[in-house]
Amino acid sequence: MMRTVFQHELSLLDAQMLVMASSMEEAVVSAVKVMEERDAELAARVIEGDDDIDRQERDVESLCLKLLLTQQPVASDLRHVSSALKMVGDMERIGDQAADICDTMLAIDGPIDARLSKHLRGMAEQACDMVHDAVEAFVESDVEKARAVIGSDEQVDELFCKVKNDVIAAIKEDSEPANSLVEALMAAKYLERIADHAENVAEWVEYGLTGMHKGDLIG
Amino acid sequence: MSEIKQASAACVPTPSSGESEEETKIAVQNLDLFYGDFHALHGVNMDIPANQITAFIGPSGCGKSTLLRTLNRMNDLVEGCRIEGVVALDGENIYAKGTDVNHLRRRVGMVFQKPNPFPMSVYDNVAFGPRTHGIKGKEELDGIVENALRKAAIWDELKDRLKKSALGLSGGQQQRLCIARALAVEPEVLLMDEATSALDPLSTGRIEDLAVELKKDYTVVMVTHNMQQAARISDKCAFFLLGDLVEYGDTQMLFSHPVDKRTEDYITGRFG
Repeated sequence: MMRTVFQHELSLLDAQMLVMASSMEEAVVSAVKVMEERDAELAARVIEGDDDIDRQERDVESLCLKLLLTQQPVASDLRHVSSALKMVGDMERIGDQAADICDTMLAIDGPIDARLSKHLRGMAEQACDMVHDAVEAFVESDVEKARAVIGSDEQVDELFCKVKNDVIAAIKEDSEPANSLVEALMAAKYLERIADHAENVAEWVEYGLTGMHKGDLIG
Repeated sequence: MSEIKQASAACVPTPSSGESEEETKIAVQNLDLFYGDFHALHGVNMDIPANQITAFIGPSGCGKSTLLRTLNRMNDLVEGCRIEGVVALDGENIYAKGTDVNHLRRRVGMVFQKPNPFPMSVYDNVAFGPRTHGIKGKEELDGIVENALRKAAIWDELKDRLKKSALGLSGGQQQRLCIARALAVEPEVLLMDEATSALDPLSTGRIEDLAVELKKDYTVVMVTHNMQQAARISDKCAFFLLGDLVEYGDTQMLFSHPVDKRTEDYITGRFG
């Protein structure tokens, strides 16, 4: 095997990506727990932990730029490095949105409307699954798993519409908890964005493995 | 020359990045080349488009320089070299009986790895070719020399040193002078055999810029060991291995989505 230094650095890149992916997934799972349990301590940890995810993103970006500069990768190596560079941007945004959900939940007084709560829970489960599967597709270099994630955010979008309608109906019935309802709507929007970013991650996994991105061969 | 043989190795075409009509300048068909008993090229088939830069890449001994030298019959000078197949320039087989090899080499010029100016003045170097083709008039020669030096992007540097020895020029200047010398006989194709491998990065950059400029008027075919160079300036790229043309296609696609695993392994440095 030639270019052992390059191979070693590519392994290092994978290791850094894994650490970041696991931090991001943990942040999303914790944010969903905060939604369920309103655990203020856990919320604070997620918000604090977002700085770590930002730092991990910078480390990956820095390593990718170093590899592009010093190793001038081509073909599958170039796709590997460039997809990592794109993926970390989405992973960082997912971390941000997990922290935003925690912020939002801390601003809600009292219990959330039951109908709304059910649909929010559905969104959270679906978004968590998408994040998990996208990360797993990356870790296992599994293009089929990545493709399964792509397009699955439609269910999340549908649930978001339901949450929106729930909020409108609830405010029409009783405007007293309007502030909390709007905060809950914000949380739903963050979940919807998390699902979008998870789909983006899966799309870059597919690109890294095949060169295809959203149905086009990028070269 | 014996009968045309069937291609012994199937070349994998790299997918095209876009459909475009290309005029073929040189068509290589079922080309086999032997140095004595050694079978150096195996059934090579490729169309080299006009007014583009085509790069040949591959490890040492893969046959890329050998193929380049078949394009203006430089291999005729190698003892024991035998060629089967067709190399057609504008549709005419250059290996057909009765081909005027001097005329062919006027149409297909060549620049080598090491700059090889003649031990004479800058002016006489460039005027050498036209003079051997019978041009004697000073005014006409002056025009040819200036035009060739301008095309080789070295006129401004040398216009006041035309009578000085070419051997006093830097390596990069000598190589551009050699390109000017090749252009002075108004070729249609320019072959560059590792033309920048002996040059510093600045001179290499100048020659690369020059090659890109020259393709407007000429068909450029280059052999290079520098894959970044092939990726930077060539339009088409061909990967050779052990005498086989493994893959040939648009350079950008070959370097981003090679079809054959051997191409991928070579360009990513995984050949072991």
